[in-house]
Amino acid sequence: MKYLENRKYVIQGIFLVVGVLFALRLFYIQVVDSSYKQAAETNAIKPVIQYPFRGLIYDRNGKLLVQNTPVYDLMVIPKEVKDLDTLRLMELVNLPLEDVRERLKKARAFSYVQPSAFYQKLSTEDFARIQDNLIDFPGFYINARTARGYPHQSLAHALGYIAEISPKQLEDPTYKGYRPGDYIGKSGIELEYEKYLMGKRGVKYKMVNVRGVEKGSFKDGAYDTLSVAGENLVSTIDLDLQQYGEYLMNGAKGSVVAIEPSTGEVLAYVSSPFYDPNLFTGKEYGKNYMALLNEPNKTLFNRPIMASSNPPGSIFKLAQALIALQEGIITPNTGYPCNQSLVKCSHAHQAPTDLSIAIKTSCNPYFYQVFRAVLNQGKSKNTFKDTAIGLADWREQITSFGFGTKLGIDLPNEKQGIIASPDMYNKVYGENRWKFSTIYSLSIGQGELGVTPLQMANFMATIANRGYYITPHIIRSIGEKGKPLPEYQKRHYTTVESRHFTPVVEGMAAVVESGTGRNANLDKIGIKVCGKTGTAENPQGKDHAVFVAFAPKDDPKIAIAVYVENAGFGAQSAAPIAGLMIEKYLTDSVSRKPMEQWVLSRKYLEIK
Amino acid sequence: MGVEPKVLRNKVVAAPKSRRTSNRVLQYMDWPTVLLYFLLVALGWMNIYAAVYSPDNVVNILSFDINSGKQLVWISAAVVLIVMLLVVDYKVYEHLAYPIYGSIILLLLVTLVVAKPIAGSRSWLDLGGGIRLQPAELAKFATALAASKFLSSVNLRQQRFKDQMILAGITLLPPVIIILQNETGSALVFAAFVLAYFREGMSPLLLIVGGTAAAIFILTLLVPKLYLIIAITLLMGLATWLDYRLLKRFKTMILLWVAVVGMVFSVDFFVNNILQPHQQNRIKALINPEADPLGYGWNVTQSKIAIGSGGFWGKGFLEGTQTKFDFVPEQSTDFIFCTIGEEHGWIGSTVLIGLFMLLLIRIVSIAERQKSVFARTYGYCVVSIIFFHFLVNVGMTIGLAPVVGIPLPFFSYGGSSLWSFTILLFILIAIDANRSQDLAR
Ligand SMILES: [Zn+2]
Repeated sequence: MKYLENRKYVIQGIFLVVGVLFALRLFYIQVVDSSYKQAAETNAIKPVIQYPFRGLIYDRNGKLLVQNTPVYDLMVIPKEVKDLDTLRLMELVNLPLEDVRERLKKARAFSYVQPSAFYQKLSTEDFARIQDNLIDFPGFYINARTARGYPHQSLAHALGYIAEISPKQLEDPTYKGYRPGDYIGKSGIELEYEKYLMGKRGVKYKMVNVRGVEKGSFKDGAYDTLSVAGENLVSTIDLDLQQYGEYLMNGAKGSVVAIEPSTGEVLAYVSSPFYDPNLFTGKEYGKNYMALLNEPNKTLFNRPIMASSNPPGSIFKLAQALIALQEGIITPNTGYPCNQSLVKCSHAHQAPTDLSIAIKTSCNPYFYQVFRAVLNQGKSKNTFKDTAIGLADWREQITSFGFGTKLGIDLPNEKQGIIASPDMYNKVYGENRWKFSTIYSLSIGQGELGVTPLQMANFMATIANRGYYITPHIIRSIGEKGKPLPEYQKRHYTTVESRHFTPVVEGMAAVVESGTGRNANLDKIGIKVCGKTGTAENPQGKDHAVFVAFAPKDDPKIAIAVYVENAGFGAQSAAPIAGLMIEKYLTDSVSRKPMEQWVLSRKYLEIK
Repeated sequence: MGVEPKVLRNKVVAAPKSRRTSNRVLQYMDWPTVLLYFLLVALGWMNIYAAVYSPDNVVNILSFDINSGKQLVWISAAVVLIVMLLVVDYKVYEHLAYPIYGSIILLLLVTLVVAKPIAGSRSWLDLGGGIRLQPAELAKFATALAASKFLSSVNLRQQRFKDQMILAGITLLPPVIIILQNETGSALVFAAFVLAYFREGMSPLLLIVGGTAAAIFILTLLVPKLYLIIAITLLMGLATWLDYRLLKRFKTMILLWVAVVGMVFSVDFFVNNILQPHQQNRIKALINPEADPLGYGWNVTQSKIAIGSGGFWGKGFLEGTQTKFDFVPEQSTDFIFCTIGEEHGWIGSTVLIGLFMLLLIRIVSIAERQKSVFARTYGYCVVSIIFFHFLVNVGMTIGLAPVVGIPLPFFSYGGSSLWSFTILLFILIAIDANRSQDLAR
């Protein structure tokens, strides 16, 4: 084994050879070859990120919804500041002395030699004034970049806003490639379409000296990559209609959602109260945001897709009728007595001898009896079990209209709402402890039901299409000539056959012609409107007014849902708004000026 | 009733024994190695501070906001670890070699399954509370223990094919899993075991063939092929001229020549068709970093500029400029050597290389004075692993080896790597301190 022990010399020899080799190589690099020393002086290269233009957003007629506006930051390089007249600087930027000192201190703490923002997002007036005086302030300069701008001040809830990426998002692998200080979509379309809007960053390689100060571009930019602008988006929104909707809703709380039935395109998306989206772009962003967040009317609440806890009220009777027709429980000619049973009618009306009249008069006992027949079909002899079976079947049909599920609109934070289910009642009452008389209020759209305004508008689009809907969406194409995403081209059929829609549509036409929806009547200008009023019970205060409609009856171009909070009966407030919106969209003008005046007067809010 | 006095007696006997044990450990511990260890750790710590130091924004070396502050926490933990390793009965390392190895393999597999990918590699095990562990680091000492145990087994016959296969299996299983975790750098380290096996009797052929192949591979990339072939031919001619006996093996010589030339020509094919793109880039950066100084050559170029600008005497502690502003990426972990090169010049770099040489040679002599095959083999495994890290890490910063992300032992920033080398080294120190016990047995 002696010969093996000698191998230690081989091993130690290898170590020493490597050590000597490294020392020689280092001697060559560090002492003999002087090119590395020169490189260190001059050839230090620093990548500088080039930010791309964020994609623009247009409305369906090519009007600009979102643009990029130049903003100016006052930058400072502490090392280059000389003979600073702090008092004059204080006047120039209009800040208290302490603040100026604090900002300078911060800049120095960040870096003595590298630029940092002294004052972000100067107003146009400030910019002009400061620019003229900068010559007296060495070390200060103005850096131009772009921010979002909204030339029209509308559609804030749907557009969303952008802001600096949060530390939490930076850790999220979804946002790989973002850096601190980057701007990113925080809500609405800006968030949903972030990956298309953001574009692609470029890099410029700058030569910097040993202190990190720029000395020009590296090899004349041979290695630079250009930034690629983000994709422009075309929205489905009709800006004129949108602004008219906001005009009508200004001062009220609620939602207006209008959809083109044949395509599922959202034409108007009003969440009221609303705010000017430009509030979130300036230097006051944080302050404005907090002010709106703490405001009692919940301005930031995105009502059309998030107000999901309120029952739909009488408009739900349309769905009840459709399901009953499909189940063969009733025919268009079925009549029930207005018998003032568990539910009553508050007003005397024409006897509901057929379905159409029942819809026109919104007869509560009629739909109470229809719903009972739907739930209790005698599939089980036990009436408790029979109701549970009936409710489960009913629920399957009702959800095919898009109720109780997220529709899948291209906006974040959509809520699904509530549709009563056997499980829900089993939890509250226990299995086989509830029956029709427990849950009858569902028949008239009250009780364990929650529907978003978007779902209501989609419901109208479904009836307008006589049986199917296309998922509502707010972006029509990515790039100016693109197509909608494939999920927004597919028809979703309900469980109800097309032929059963005819009597319901007739009933809705009667509502507007001679029933509770007369305030939305446009017969004078030759437009046949079909609609239905509703009142959503509000345990906290005055009831909410609902009106849903579509028009024209035979070739529907617009389906609409109007939801006005605390406005009582739908006929007085919601129906006129819907009528005005439909006329505005179809004829591009408004003939019923007194009706418009009535809506703007907000008198409907005072009616008891 | 008869039990009680027994317990009492045990207690009485146990206390002085353990005191004697710790005294013995302190007395026989190899102090030169321990001092070298602490010297390297301390120098590393100062250089980690230098790497993050910025004259515009001076942060205290102890601040936890910067790497040097965090490293100090890990160094303190390493000291606790050392005490534990020395207090534990030194025999457990041998007795539990296989169970330790088994559990680490299991841990590697678990990591492969549950780890979330971090920068493309699934090698970090999240222990919660912000603490992460890289089991690949632990695999080094575990494999060293298992291989040593196997080589020291009584009925082992090195020439038997079956035993050779088992040894190869023990050595190759961890790197295979580690490659699956996408940590090629850590997996390469296991090649170092060849050196230890060579000392224990493995045929030198593997070492010679492997070493020559690696040398030819790198030379092919650095030197034009024609020159290389002429040089090889001349070298073989020279050998034949010096030793006439080689003429008798003329056929073998021709075959050898054909094999070497064949390899020279197949390197391109290997690089372009077999390696993955990021591996190709590392190889290409080695050949000609100036070809694309901003792409794959960035690390190598910047690292060489930093070291080269240090000159003979260096710029002085904290006076470096190239290792600031993020010119050199990962300057406190894998590229820590740049900071020494820049701030302490050729003198400092050479002193550091000298310290590593002293440590390596010292460990070899520790290994050689062991009475048991297990202890000696383990010592050689330790020295081989440290050497391999030193070779590749320093080699890559001065442009002699491809960029492989492995740390400089005891020096680089990072808890996992510091602890892994501490465990590796101090198990040896513990075994060595008790070698007189083995003699007495
Ligand atoms: Zn009635």
